[in-house]
Amino acid sequence: MRKSIERIKQMVIKEFIQIFRDKRMKAIVFFIPVMQTLVFGYAVTTDVNNVPTAVYDLDRSPASRELIRRFSSSGYFDVTFSADSTSQLQDALDRGSITLAIQINRGFSTDLKKRKPTAIQVLVDGTDSNTAMVAMDYVNRIVQKYGKELSGAGVPQPLDVRSRAWYNPELKSKNYNVPGVIAMVIMLTSLLLTSMAIVREREIGTMEQLMVTPLRPAELILGKTIPFALIAIFDVVLVTVIASLTFHIPIRGSLLLLLLCTVIYLLSVLGIGLFISTIAKTLQQAMMATFLYYMPAVLLSGFMFPIENMPTVFQYVTYANPLRYFLVIIRGIFLKGNGITILWPQMAGLLILGIVVITVSSLRFKKRLG
Amino acid sequence: MKFLRIKAIAKKEMLQVRRDPLSLAMAFLMPALLLIIFGYAITLDVNNLTTIVYDRDQSSRSREFITELTASEYFTIVRHAETPREIDRYLDKGMARVAVSIPYAFSRDINAGRTAQLQIIVDGSDSNTATIALGYLTALTERYSLKLSGGRGAPGIDTRVRVWYNPELKSRNFIIPGLIAVIMVVIAALLTSLTVAREWERGTMEQLIATPVKPAELVLGKLIPYFLIGYLDMAITVVMAVFLFEVPLRGNIAVLAVISAVFLFGGLGLGVLISIVTKNQLVASQISMVATFLPAFLLSGFMYAISNMPPLLQAVTRIVPARYFVAVLKSIFLKGSPLRLLVPNAIFLLIFGLLTFVAANRKFKKKIE
Repeated sequence: MRKSIERIKQMVIKEFIQIFRDKRMKAIVFFIPVMQTLVFGYAVTTDVNNVPTAVYDLDRSPASRELIRRFSSSGYFDVTFSADSTSQLQDALDRGSITLAIQINRGFSTDLKKRKPTAIQVLVDGTDSNTAMVAMDYVNRIVQKYGKELSGAGVPQPLDVRSRAWYNPELKSKNYNVPGVIAMVIMLTSLLLTSMAIVREREIGTMEQLMVTPLRPAELILGKTIPFALIAIFDVVLVTVIASLTFHIPIRGSLLLLLLCTVIYLLSVLGIGLFISTIAKTLQQAMMATFLYYMPAVLLSGFMFPIENMPTVFQYVTYANPLRYFLVIIRGIFLKGNGITILWPQMAGLLILGIVVITVSSLRFKKRLG
Repeated sequence: MKFLRIKAIAKKEMLQVRRDPLSLAMAFLMPALLLIIFGYAITLDVNNLTTIVYDRDQSSRSREFITELTASEYFTIVRHAETPREIDRYLDKGMARVAVSIPYAFSRDINAGRTAQLQIIVDGSDSNTATIALGYLTALTERYSLKLSGGRGAPGIDTRVRVWYNPELKSRNFIIPGLIAVIMVVIAALLTSLTVAREWERGTMEQLIATPVKPAELVLGKLIPYFLIGYLDMAITVVMAVFLFEVPLRGNIAVLAVISAVFLFGGLGLGVLISIVTKNQLVASQISMVATFLPAFLLSGFMYAISNMPPLLQAVTRIVPARYFVAVLKSIFLKGSPLRLLVPNAIFLLIFGLLTFVAANRKFKKKIE
């Protein structure tokens, strides 16, 4: 048993030496996950603000100007220019320089004063349907609030709706996306490194040399996966620290639990890397196979697109995706402060998946060795 | 530059590609897989919001409101809570995303002409879904409020909205055109980023250097087979998008064909450049992922609107070629824009393609000496 551990230890050391022989790998393994997290964190936002907007004010009254003022001071809309004609608005929409156009017709303020129903026209570029929907909702809210204030001074409204958002009260999408990014980034780095490290060994021919050593297949597998597990865990810690410092993501749950779940998560990820190494004969194939797995895995994980909106068939497919479980866990720990009592179904699922994947991949690996 | 030598290198590269049918298969499988996922599985449309209702009033009024909720088809009531603590539990566990709390005095207040209260709690973790859910709820409660007041009280301002280019706000029409750009970037990078590094690692590069082949000829020769594969991939993707997913194609197909060719050339050139500079396949793979795939996915305006990003990052997107191509694609598919509007974007892509080609040449020369 002790000899076994010694052999594994030697393999792990050799693996580390090999990886870091290329000085650039040091930068890549540590710098790139950090950079990815930063870029993701800043770029990946579904928060709608500064929507390029144009206004066409035919009324030119204090009332219409006030409405326009409310739009620009809301922070959601960036009123870039005032049009003089509808064709100007259309041209700007076509060119893509504005996403939203608001037209206030003549008679707007007189209608309001006479308490007659009135309307404003809004043109929206629907190309980006998400932004369009949210922008339309904001327009509606601002307009309705203004209308109520003007008309409803004495009239009581039938309904007073109080709404609150839990866990992420300001509805900042980064709080949702950044923890997810951590999971994604770790998966990609671990997958690429594991599969390519093993395949490279085979390509160069040193795999056969390893086979004639007293190393047993299980020890070989452990020796090839442990280094990347260690790198991944280090990356998780590094990225979590940077994410919370830079983006002020709350960490309401237990970090220890997070580490534990990361280890379980890595079981599956490294297992898949191992599996890829058994089907790829060249580094090119390893890279392509990694991407072929990685992209669907990210898309069907609930990272960007909620699983409950997917067709049922795809929802079932996501149960085989380790990223799905880990995302629930990491978001639960960061935002909701969830503990084991709430997360145990996810952890169990992840554990079972990990054991299955590692077992299948190891068996396949052993077969290819022999 | 001798055309014969370029042809010879292209032939050799083609033979090598054919010797690796698995990679080739994956190169064609990937776009198909991505299209299926983006076309069928993924939607940004929000519905089926799991809701827990805590009705303290239990009157016909409150039930009337709950019916309004379910009739909208956006909300699916998963539980009628009996205690307020159930709301906590359901939201914490993620079993419900929305909680509606109707107070005891709801119908009494309404019938007496007083203002009734309504409490709504939304799981804010997924802020996008939460924002949209709140939007639905606002519209719904406004409508209900209007119904209750029966038209009394001053009429408010009506917002008449027209949506252009994508009137049904189908997220698919929004996603798939940009997806074509991402697919091409991924294919281009995957195919070419390892090609030169591989030759260095295997030792065949030295043999190539010994031949009279010039660097420019080598780069061009290597690009040609992958260009053909990438272009075929793109054609298949466009055909699937239009015929399978019924994404409208309102612009000029010839323009699409030309601009995509320019973009593909740039993408492949970047892959070869990475390969030349790194000389190590492992390093090349990591760098190409970061330099090509991630920007194309995140910073091109494909999924996440550039106008929503912080100004620094918006500036960064200006050097991401995919950004210009995505704009072109969306224009051609959804807006049917005339050529003059596309020219600035096309010019940038052309410049990028030429720059990467020149850079690849230069860097390659240096390594030989």
